[in-house]
Amino acid sequence: MAKKSHETPMLDQLESGPWPSFVTGLKRLANDEGKPYASMMKDLLGQLETSYKTRKGYWKGGTVGVIGYGGGVIPRFTELKDENDNPLFPDAAEFHTLRIMPAPGMHYTTDVLRKMCDVWEKYGSGLIAFHGQSGDIMFQGCTTDNVQPAFDELNEMGFDLGGAGPAVRTAMSCVGHARCEHSCYDEQRAHRALVNRFLDDMHRPALPYKFKFKFSGCANDCMNSIQRADMAVIGTWRDDMQVDQNEVKAFVAKKGRKYVIDNIITRCPTQALSLNDDDTLAVDNKNCVRCMHCINVMTKALSPGKDRGVTILVGGKRTLKIGDLMGTVVVPFMKLETDEDFEQLEELAQNIIDFFAENALEHERTGEMIERIGLANFLEGVGLEIDPNMVNHPRTNPYVRMDGWDEEAAKWNERKAAG
Amino acid sequence: MSQPRMPIESGVPDATPYMHPLFIKNYGKWKWHDRPRPGVLHHVAESGDEIWTVRAGTQRQMDVYTVRKLCDIADQYAEGFVRFTIRSNIEFMVSSEDKVQPLIDALNKEGFPVGGTGNSVSMISHTQGWLHCDIPGTDASGVVKALMDELYDEYVNEDMPNRVRITTSCCEINCGGQGDIAINVQHTKPPKINHDLVANVCERPSVVARCPVAAIRPALVNGKPSLEVDEKKCVCCGACFPPCPPMQINDPEHSKIAIWVGGKHSSTRSKPTFHKLVAAGLPNNPPRWPEVAEVVKKILKVYKEDAKDWERMNEWIDRIGWARFFELTGLPFTKYHIDNWRGSRSSLNASAQIRF
Repeated sequence: MAKKSHETPMLDQLESGPWPSFVTGLKRLANDEGKPYASMMKDLLGQLETSYKTRKGYWKGGTVGVIGYGGGVIPRFTELKDENDNPLFPDAAEFHTLRIMPAPGMHYTTDVLRKMCDVWEKYGSGLIAFHGQSGDIMFQGCTTDNVQPAFDELNEMGFDLGGAGPAVRTAMSCVGHARCEHSCYDEQRAHRALVNRFLDDMHRPALPYKFKFKFSGCANDCMNSIQRADMAVIGTWRDDMQVDQNEVKAFVAKKGRKYVIDNIITRCPTQALSLNDDDTLAVDNKNCVRCMHCINVMTKALSPGKDRGVTILVGGKRTLKIGDLMGTVVVPFMKLETDEDFEQLEELAQNIIDFFAENALEHERTGEMIERIGLANFLEGVGLEIDPNMVNHPRTNPYVRMDGWDEEAAKWNERKAAG
Repeated sequence: MSQPRMPIESGVPDATPYMHPLFIKNYGKWKWHDRPRPGVLHHVAESGDEIWTVRAGTQRQMDVYTVRKLCDIADQYAEGFVRFTIRSNIEFMVSSEDKVQPLIDALNKEGFPVGGTGNSVSMISHTQGWLHCDIPGTDASGVVKALMDELYDEYVNEDMPNRVRITTSCCEINCGGQGDIAINVQHTKPPKINHDLVANVCERPSVVARCPVAAIRPALVNGKPSLEVDEKKCVCCGACFPPCPPMQINDPEHSKIAIWVGGKHSSTRSKPTFHKLVAAGLPNNPPRWPEVAEVVKKILKVYKEDAKDWERMNEWIDRIGWARFFELTGLPFTKYHIDNWRGSRSSLNASAQIRF
């Protein structure tokens, strides 16, 4: 006889309304009699309804994994138990997540999605999240026994576990080269080059804490990399922006001068734009900061320049422990086109991760480490030259010992002379 | 005994087998784009190839039937290729314009809203919550579902001054990230400690080290090694709870919701910014969190009426000033809005610039 469903009066209220309802999906699985996950999902709904009533969570972690790896599975065991320590919702007492890395840009054929559904129908809960905040496909809801066979099938399909714990984590990259004219480098290639170089640090967590890469093709930073990545790789260019003056004129003719002045010219953060009397655009490229605004508005008339590359920032993270931190520029510009360029990017990441592994305190992110030791020490440690593009402004406080001034000034002059 | 299967350590897969053929053909060679209508992007390549993308909202946490339904739509009305955005929107790509409307109709018929592009309110990015997290102060999927029901019209239209990115987080770690509007749990009482369990469950030195304000110290309680919290110092952040579950921070009554505004990821126009506190003390009120929805809608209404085209939330507030923001939204300004964390004096007004 089929297992009885629990009453879920609170969750039921999330079935109405125009937005797609996850509760309707959970119930569809719970009522899918004959499927291995039906009773698990009945009990999952029971536990979730309890949380809605009591306003408390009831999952605890543990140790569950696959052979050969030390991370990538998020174990969840229920804490809702009776006085004899028996789970109140036994069929959802184990509800682990497998983090699986999608292809860069999160592209899928329907064929591969259907195969993933088949695997998860066989071994898991039938519930999949596209995607977690980390950028993983989250196969949510698996018993301890089924973690290994589920992983094995997904692995045979060409997919691998992502990161969890103090490890290199799953990365994210924007749609970029695949569809976006703003894209200034091959995000997919950079994404795969960096993450796949550090698979050992991903699958066998032994770093001080997590380390995240994110890849955005331009300053629009659709991957939120400055605020969310230990190492953010953002596309840019160093020659002049491309301007099609005929398209500029056509845009002005269509939208009017007031619109262009109010929404493009005066919105330039460095006043690098001016509308000429003949409705063409004058650009002060030396003072353009590659912010993308004018290009976003006039997509047909304006494009990034041709001498493209990336800016790299290090140290973005969320609140724990010292408050949210943004990344800091550590490489204002590097080319990213040839095999040698990509090799150089990998070496830089290797130096940063090695330095992080050796110098960060336990549970300290790169941004916190840099705050503790100072940017100059970090740059020296990873072998990067200082650059005024790394600061908003120079020091305002004189309390610093500066008896090495002459040597430091000589270094700068030498670098400048070397060009 | 047979050898255990070792993993194929293949890492991030090549995207080529999963990309639309026009993406492969025109890789890195796109020329311009426009948005023919909300929810639809039209990209033109240097080769002259064109592709239309239809973006639809999902519940992120999807049952296999929903995924297969989306696949059916992709096979029947699109060309068998989809991708997801960072905010769990699904995108269908088609190579001719005449496929766009039937695809939109099919999505709408199955209950998937088409939108989330340009100056709309896109899908709220969210975390795990009660469904799967081990430390959540609230649910995530439920908050998002309830709010997206309320903001549905703003998703399917492009009526905002600029794009609006909303995030939710179930604790102060803020996994949901920065947002134009961020809806985050804010605990208001120190952890309740089960001293019987601490010694067995928690690695006490690392718990002490985890506290951002050094409020935790080792102590003997009832003859057992445990931890104690200096409640005068404690900022109720909950950082001790993950490494030490007997230090329960979640409280049905005192874990509240706070709302923050003006976070921005991009370097476009202004530099990236963090969101700032504007409202707190809202009840954690499942299943539909109406008090939260009311504040969010109030902020969006004022932003929509008062901001100029292309101004993100933070840029609008920079122009009108915080005093006017609180005046226009009617939200109370309290001593808690004045930051006292390290470096916070730079957030104070050190000028004679006042708007009257």
